[in-house]
Amino acid sequence: MKRNLVPLLLILAASLACQGLAQVLPPYVAAILMLAGINAVLAVSLNVVTGLSGQFSLGHAGFMAIGAYVSAAVTTPQVDALRLAGLCSSPAEAQALFALSLLLAALAAGAAGTLVGLPSLRLKGDYLAIVTLGFGEIIRIVILNINCVGGARGLSGVPGYSSAFAVALVLFASVWLIHRFVGSSQGRALLAIREDEIAASGLGISATRYKVGAFVASSALAGVAGGLFAHYLCYLNPSSFGFMKSVEIVIMVVLGGMGSISGSALAALLLTLLPEALRPLQQWTGLDLRMVLYSLMLIALMLLRPQGLFGTREVWQWLPGRKRGEDGRG
Amino acid sequence: MRYKFPSSRGSSPGAALGTGMQTFVQHLIDGIALGSIYALIALGYTLVYGILRLINFAHGDIFMVGAFIGLFAAQALHAGADPTPLKFGLVMLAAMGGCALLGFLVERLAYRPLQQAPRINLLITAVGVSLLLENLGQVVFGPNPKFFPDLLPHTVLFSFGGAAVSNHQAVVLGTSLVLMVGLEWLVLKTRLGLAMRALSHSHETASLMGIPTGLVIAFTFCVGSALAAAAGILVGVSYPRVDPLMGILPGIKAFVAAVLGGIGNIRGAVVGGLILGLSEEMVSGYFSSTYRDALAFGILIAILLLKPEGLFGRNEVEKV
Repeated sequence: MKRNLVPLLLILAASLACQGLAQVLPPYVAAILMLAGINAVLAVSLNVVTGLSGQFSLGHAGFMAIGAYVSAAVTTPQVDALRLAGLCSSPAEAQALFALSLLLAALAAGAAGTLVGLPSLRLKGDYLAIVTLGFGEIIRIVILNINCVGGARGLSGVPGYSSAFAVALVLFASVWLIHRFVGSSQGRALLAIREDEIAASGLGISATRYKVGAFVASSALAGVAGGLFAHYLCYLNPSSFGFMKSVEIVIMVVLGGMGSISGSALAALLLTLLPEALRPLQQWTGLDLRMVLYSLMLIALMLLRPQGLFGTREVWQWLPGRKRGEDGRG
Repeated sequence: MRYKFPSSRGSSPGAALGTGMQTFVQHLIDGIALGSIYALIALGYTLVYGILRLINFAHGDIFMVGAFIGLFAAQALHAGADPTPLKFGLVMLAAMGGCALLGFLVERLAYRPLQQAPRINLLITAVGVSLLLENLGQVVFGPNPKFFPDLLPHTVLFSFGGAAVSNHQAVVLGTSLVLMVGLEWLVLKTRLGLAMRALSHSHETASLMGIPTGLVIAFTFCVGSALAAAAGILVGVSYPRVDPLMGILPGIKAFVAAVLGGIGNIRGAVVGGLILGLSEEMVSGYFSSTYRDALAFGILIAILLLKPEGLFGRNEVEKV
């Protein structure tokens, strides 16, 4: 416990610092940075499946959608699934309800992840990618047909509870948790499956169990990110959780390096800020070339540096006072 | 992903007038026409998968480019104002040739350098090529849907019991049939086809037998892309609208068709396309069209979980 106390306090302090920073920065910059943080949570969560267990999922946006809609259904006065939103009078109560809604989002997305993961993780590679894509789309189409959360019209009036503190806390806490998990025996088992599934099963590791576990954890975290996203944007529409969103998250993980937790978080920051930075280019050429550059970059990355920016290494491995390979993976 | 085929050019009298049997027969005809388009696209997936073990995510977008090349060719030939069968043939040839070239370029520039890389990198590159074509398409062609000129004026060829077969549907069926038989001949009866089949068993052995593997792979991409282009023109003929994102959903559905029939299996792709087209038509005809797209994914998931090798595929056991 003592070993974990210092990092926990550090996380808390860093999140508070982020909240302070958000108040100092211009609102536009702060809003973009918050979106970048939410995307970073998504990328980190997908990295558990793609980077650590070596499976490939193209339906991550579906779990994000479940989290977003569940948490919004709890806090939005028009829907108010728990009949609690109307009772909150003080900001503290509202924040407590927000925390509860994020928890429910994680549970719901995790449950969906179990349902999807149990059957589909028997498949490998391309087939798994296609099945997860299919499930992601089915989730979106089902939400499109649920009337009480707006269906195709979308759900407006979601209260804007997401703060820089909440986003930073979730991001830092998940990065730290996953980092700690990687060093554990379960984490090593997962890495063994990534490297060679048959050899890992030969050593008595239940590949399916670990893969499904990783998938469920990843979905739950994506659900939390979805909840943050819902209370950041204050409006939800099923079309924001389509195939393109899933691909976007995959690109973040690949750019950062599959298996590098900090790498995928940094890549998410970079890729959220890049389109904003490229806005002058759009004004200059009169064409929206951002997505073209985006896709060209993805192809170029695969051709020139397929392991991503960081490979499987972490940012903190370059910190002074750390030996290479201390995490057992250098 | 929101793209749906808009309602077909010309109304189907059976759907408007009749009930019961007539409607059913009309849905059957429409479903076979739709299914043969899916089958043409599915053939490209199956060919490439059979040889490279790669799901070519960009295939649906090559289909889109084919439709656009057809659109421009038709405009250059003024085929909309003065449609003749010869112009239809020329448009078809232009699209197939253009897409064969595009397929060749995609293989050479994006996939060839990654032949030794892990499969996941190849898959991500395919997604990247797909995104590139979609976004480049939006920049070059403009994001708004374009009207596809009427290459063949709509007529009803014959009708029986209230169900009608239009000349569009006949052309769709005829063209697909010719192309499928041609492909079957190419793969089973020619030396090139023999090389393709050898490659699908083992690249190494094939190259030891003196087969120029790179050339055969490039050729396979050209053939698959040309078939997708043909499907693009047929869609343009039957449904009057083309736009840069039109390839996504048909592409994924055609992939489902290929998996359904057993990916890597040519006859399987045709049967899978027909099953998918028919079942989609039936679902949107008798139940709800909102769930039409979910059906394809539902079929996909059911097949992959229950019989992953597909209807006609071989079950391969992974060996250490």
